[in-house]
Amino acid sequence: MTINVSVMVNGTRHDVSDVEPRLLLSDFLRDTLGLTGTHVGCEHGVCGACTVLMDGHSIRSCLTLAVQAAGAEITTVEGLGTPEALNVLQTQFREHHGLQCGFCTPGMLMTGEDLLRNYPLATDEEIREGLSGNLCRCTGYQNIVAAIRSAAALRRENV
Amino acid sequence: MKPARFEYIPPTTLEAAVAALAAANGEGKILAGGQSLLPLLNFRMARPAVLVDLNGMKELSFIELRGENVAIGALTRHREIEHSPLIASRLPVMSAAIRHVAHLAIRNRGTIGGSLSHADPAAELPMMAMFYGASLTVQGPAGRRTIAAKDFFVDALTNCLEPEDIVVEIEFPILQHDGWAFEEVARRFGDFALASIAVSIRRGQFGVGEARVAVMGVADTPLRLEHVEQRLCEIAVDGRTPDRFAEMVTSSVSPNSDVHASAEYRKHLLGELAKRAMQTVLAVKG
Ligand SMILES: Cc1cc2nc3c(=O)[nH]c(=O)nc-3n(C[C@H](O)[C@H](O)[C@H](O)COP(=O)(O)OP(=O)(O)OC[C@H]3O[C@@H](n4cnc5c(N)ncnc54)[C@H](O)[C@@H]3O)c2cc1C
Ligand code: FES
Ligand code: FES
Repeated sequence: MTINVSVMVNGTRHDVSDVEPRLLLSDFLRDTLGLTGTHVGCEHGVCGACTVLMDGHSIRSCLTLAVQAAGAEITTVEGLGTPEALNVLQTQFREHHGLQCGFCTPGMLMTGEDLLRNYPLATDEEIREGLSGNLCRCTGYQNIVAAIRSAAALRRENV
Repeated sequence: MKPARFEYIPPTTLEAAVAALAAANGEGKILAGGQSLLPLLNFRMARPAVLVDLNGMKELSFIELRGENVAIGALTRHREIEHSPLIASRLPVMSAAIRHVAHLAIRNRGTIGGSLSHADPAAELPMMAMFYGASLTVQGPAGRRTIAAKDFFVDALTNCLEPEDIVVEIEFPILQHDGWAFEEVARRFGDFALASIAVSIRRGQFGVGEARVAVMGVADTPLRLEHVEQRLCEIAVDGRTPDRFAEMVTSSVSPNSDVHASAEYRKHLLGELAKRAMQTVLAVKG
């Protein structure tokens, strides 16, 4: 049994026929659409590397079926900025050394986007709680918190 | 592909969902938020032949005041409970507890019906169902019936439902109390709890008039401690009450040891949390 899936990814509509229901959204993005920016670590919801936005809120793409994304709007790390024009959060990750190997970074950025768009982030505690579901084996987290804090401040200045 | 093959059915009515489960002959599974089921599918620890996806049924997602109760639809996401002003004002203990459920992305997707049905012994919402004495409305082939939370949780990861039953909504009675506390310790914020306690009281003419106490992480299901509630109404309230309360609570549980914590440690932890919770409860002016 296969299903036709029509989904908006980073503002582009994709109509894909023959999607097997057991295909995970993470594998659909990476293998079917070739968007390999979304990383896959644990595939059981623990590491957060596969985090993407669905209709503006962060979700685990490894715990969502591709067929469940039909009709939804998905944003992946490729939808944030381009190498020439990084978005505010990406710029702050670079400024504050919020990444080393980069494996966790797409998930960190997408979680950060959800936090910036939907929460006031008045305190570092809020940022840390928000990031509690994303693992990083390199940075020690301090610089990631600093990058998000700084992006939140910049966004506040610009509104 | 990580999960094994299954037939995917996204029904638009409850009747169709129940019929699809009945036709699957015990080989069907409900998919709600997927935040507990998808890991099991990815590991192939669960291999259902049929997956019945409830996510198209928006009418199962609501939070509303219904007389002396708050009714919550089974498909309501953890995030919606977390940000609901109605829950914050009428079920404040639940409002505090939900913040400890998993992490941002998981709360965005996970549902109350899924959490209760999954019946993890260290999960906050099953504990809240016991704490408030909630009742679950379940739809099966013979129609609707109501199940009390205390009958719903049978064992670790085991509820009392038949394979073709669907939790439709849950009613939480509002407590008319004046002090409450929720305490939990997990290894990391958002992880499953090592131990947790919820307490709420109404002041009486002398001391405590009515009490509610529930714990989790220390047994195969969350527990409401009714004999402790009773004792609290019988003792004088003074500076020793938090210690006496901690003693009552710890002497009524016998946790198991596992990789996360030893039985002794869990018990000690629960005692400390009980003491802290009672200090908070009594500090509220009554
Ligand atoms: C990394 C991680 C950390 C987590 N930490 C916590 C935590 O700290 N505390 C906590 O409480 N939870 C935690 N969870 C679990 C999370 O809260 C889940 O959302 C929840 O347990 C299951 O809800 P769901 O809607 O995702 O259900 P699903 O995964 O879709 O379903 C779970 C089970 O319930 C059944 N089911 C679902 N809906 C119904 C229904 N309406 N009627 C009958 N049966 C139904 C399914 O068939 C399945 O067997 C965590 C999950 C992850 C991945
Ligand atoms: S790959 Fe999805 S959470 Fe780890
Ligand atoms: S930068 Fe290497 S895992 Fe986070």
